[in-house]
Amino acid sequence: MTLQKHLIFTALGGIFLFAVTQQLEPFRNYQLATMAAYLCATAGLTILTGLNGQISLGHGALMAVGAYTMAFAQNGIGNLYLSLLLAMLATTAVGAIIGVAAARLRGPYLAGLTLAVALAIPAFTVTFDGLFNSEQGLPVSFTPPETLPIETWQALTAGGSALLVMFLLANVVSSRFGRAMRAVRDNEVAARLAGIHVARTQVLSFVISAAPAGLGGALLAFLAQNVSPGAFSLTLSLYLLLAIVIGGLGNLAGAVWGAFLLVALPDLTNSLTEGITASPELARKLDGNLALAIFGLTLIVVMLVAPGGLQSLVQRISHRIRKGRNHV
Amino acid sequence: MDRFVFLTFDGLSNGAVYAAFALALVLIWRAARVVNFAQGAMAVAAAYAAYSVTQATGSYWIGFAAALGTGLMIGALVERAVMRFVGHANPLNEVIVALGLVLFIQAVLGMLYGNEFLPSHTPFSRNAIEVGGVPLLSRYDLFVFGAVAALVLLLALLFTKTSTGLRMRAAAFAPEVSRLLGVNVGGMLTLGWALASAVGALAAMLVIPTELGLNPHAMDLVFVTSFTAAVIGGLDSPPGAVTGGMAVGLILSYVSGYLGSSVTPIAVLALLLIVLLVRPGGLFSATVARQA
Amino acid sequence: MTEILQVRGLVAGYGAAPVLRDIDLTVPTGSIVTVLGANGAGKTTLLRTLSGLLRPTAGQILLDGKDLRRVKVERLVRLGMAHVPEGRGVVAELTVDENLRLGGLWRNDVNAAVAEVYELFEPLAQRKRNAGHLLSGGERQMLAIGRALVARPRLLLLDEPSLGLAPKITAQIMALLQKLRTQTGLTVLLVEQNARSALSVADSGVVMSLGRIATATTAQELRNAYLGS
Ligand SMILES: Nc1ncnc2c1ncn2[C@@H]1O[C@H](COP(=O)(O)OP(=O)(O)OP(=O)(O)O)[C@@H](O)[C@H]1O
Ligand SMILES: [Mg+2]
Repeated sequence: MTLQKHLIFTALGGIFLFAVTQQLEPFRNYQLATMAAYLCATAGLTILTGLNGQISLGHGALMAVGAYTMAFAQNGIGNLYLSLLLAMLATTAVGAIIGVAAARLRGPYLAGLTLAVALAIPAFTVTFDGLFNSEQGLPVSFTPPETLPIETWQALTAGGSALLVMFLLANVVSSRFGRAMRAVRDNEVAARLAGIHVARTQVLSFVISAAPAGLGGALLAFLAQNVSPGAFSLTLSLYLLLAIVIGGLGNLAGAVWGAFLLVALPDLTNSLTEGITASPELARKLDGNLALAIFGLTLIVVMLVAPGGLQSLVQRISHRIRKGRNHV
Repeated sequence: MDRFVFLTFDGLSNGAVYAAFALALVLIWRAARVVNFAQGAMAVAAAYAAYSVTQATGSYWIGFAAALGTGLMIGALVERAVMRFVGHANPLNEVIVALGLVLFIQAVLGMLYGNEFLPSHTPFSRNAIEVGGVPLLSRYDLFVFGAVAALVLLLALLFTKTSTGLRMRAAAFAPEVSRLLGVNVGGMLTLGWALASAVGALAAMLVIPTELGLNPHAMDLVFVTSFTAAVIGGLDSPPGAVTGGMAVGLILSYVSGYLGSSVTPIAVLALLLIVLLVRPGGLFSATVARQA
Repeated sequence: MTEILQVRGLVAGYGAAPVLRDIDLTVPTGSIVTVLGANGAGKTTLLRTLSGLLRPTAGQILLDGKDLRRVKVERLVRLGMAHVPEGRGVVAELTVDENLRLGGLWRNDVNAAVAEVYELFEPLAQRKRNAGHLLSGGERQMLAIGRALVARPRLLLLDEPSLGLAPKITAQIMALLQKLRTQTGLTVLLVEQNARSALSVADSGVVMSLGRIATATTAQELRNAYLGS
């Protein structure tokens, strides 16, 4: 029943994606592809934090794992779909390792540990620079098809991957396991009494959440045609967390909101700063930072005013409007 | 052998800073049961204030005082304007809000000062004094030890000997009863945040010149390192934070000395992982409170 | 002006439905007034509202004729009203001495006040440096009352001091209340389950039931009605 519904939604999404990519100009298609890559990661993190109540500041690092695997696979074998698959598998393995540790930790301790993971990423690339080539990073080579503009192809690939991720995760959410995840989040003791294996549920949640993050990272590498540690800084992890909080914790639709904001807001602030400042010095300082400041402020305000996120705000408002109508 | 001695003193000097920063984390944890993930960013903001003041006045010490003052103010402001209003329904809320502060503060600093490293000076020489041909430690290291020792002493006096310290402890342990007894619990919380933030600012002032210089992210790694130190000591325990800080400073000094400085963040990660999984209570905490 | 505390039409509660409904209560200066009632009648809620821990949705609370609605909880003790909460509220992590000093940190004469309490409760004097969690139930109750006295209050709100104590100790506490009343003119609002003890020292009392005052009369009449003697 729900499976059918999800299939129909995914098919509609696919048709929509195809139609849209034909219409958009190349730059917008590239942005769409970026949004799709972020969506994989935000959707994964939504599952973990929203549904299972575990926080992770390490999803940026998981994306890096996917991205570097992508680079190795592309430069070694060169089959795009195989590379994406390998990136997911590698990230799944790393996610399982972190997940085992995470299942024993709570709240601030887990946040601190995953923060340390995020900060260790550049160190890994420098320490093992024969493999990762330090800060310069690695190129990601591929042969684009001749029949399509490259951005359209990128948008179709990334968008298709994101749709697949959303389809699979939506089914996880509505499955028995999804209920177990929520039960563990709401009350571990009660969940245990209800016969749920808490630790196993938590590890598995981490794994399920890591795989799409790895895919998202691989897609980012595919889009940038290059991978370097700078792209996977702590800020990226904070971005992802922000995206899911603003979108609405535990809500896959919220993950879409979040991914959209991650692409749209920097774009908006960039055109804003270009518009208002004459001095290149000031423009350089504002560039990027303004978006970050707005993100940070939004994150704080949303947590204080609407902890349910944008999605819940939309729901609340539409609910109120409907109620208002009934009154009249 | 010389190298080992040198690394030991260097590690202790860094460890003193980690101890101070870990103390700041413990202060807030005890007062509010919150791990202040924004502490690094707040401390960097105070260090930037010091930079501006030193630029304007030409005096390191006025800048130093400005850092402490700014630290106090930022701490009070963050508690009054933000943290006080965070809902406690979900223990993640405070962590997420603090991370929002990190993004916000770092971005504002970047807008004001740019993201490049700014030079950061020390008031004393960093050249190691040689004793019998072996370079031991520098005047600046001595300054660091002195500053952190004074800090530890002052905090100990404040909390055990003064009525304000008694009020602060009571407000943390039993807020409602304390109010009935006439303690301004909200005020004590603000004071706790302000103090912790000033302590963090002090740590930032001490450590930033020994690293790459002033940058919005200058305290990111120091934060995680000090968090590790605090966790080793048990988040509840000030003596634990100091001991943990010194231990972590030593370990990291040997790691970076013998394996290369790029390994440090990996070593921090490994250390934190080991402590969290092997010694769930911390070394000094009486309670097993990892599941906060 | 002979009543230290006056409550009129008080309504208060925790959520939508009020727990206290339309409470009227007068406490004459220098008297001991007891509040009796079954579990869940709203006695603790009444004291918490008087102290400002709960904000009333309607009604007035007057201390010496002064409306307390806008007064902060932490100011009340300076106005002469001390509250020993249900469960005593000894801070387990602090020592006996620190707990006591906490009762009057704002006073210039806090040391003298603490010394007086040690004279009043000798067992506490022997345990100055012990942490609160090491005390017995009786010692805790002494500490809680002693700590309230450090503030030198004129009105003392006591929430079930007899809870978990041996009858002998309960009797000592009641005797102490009477002594303080005669010696210092202290007024006491005494919430009790143990009607026999409370009525042995009270001048008057009220009986609460389902958040209302069901009866308000002299202690003598309450003794006749409830203790049948
Ligand atoms: N924090 C709270 N939130 C919601 N309801 C509460 C709360 N505290 C008490 N109540 C309810 O208010 C009512 C009165 O409780 P209260 O504690 O005042 O009773 P009491 O007379 O002191 O009882 P006892 O003799 O058992 O101490 C009860 O129905 C109780 O369930
Ligand atoms: Mg009660």
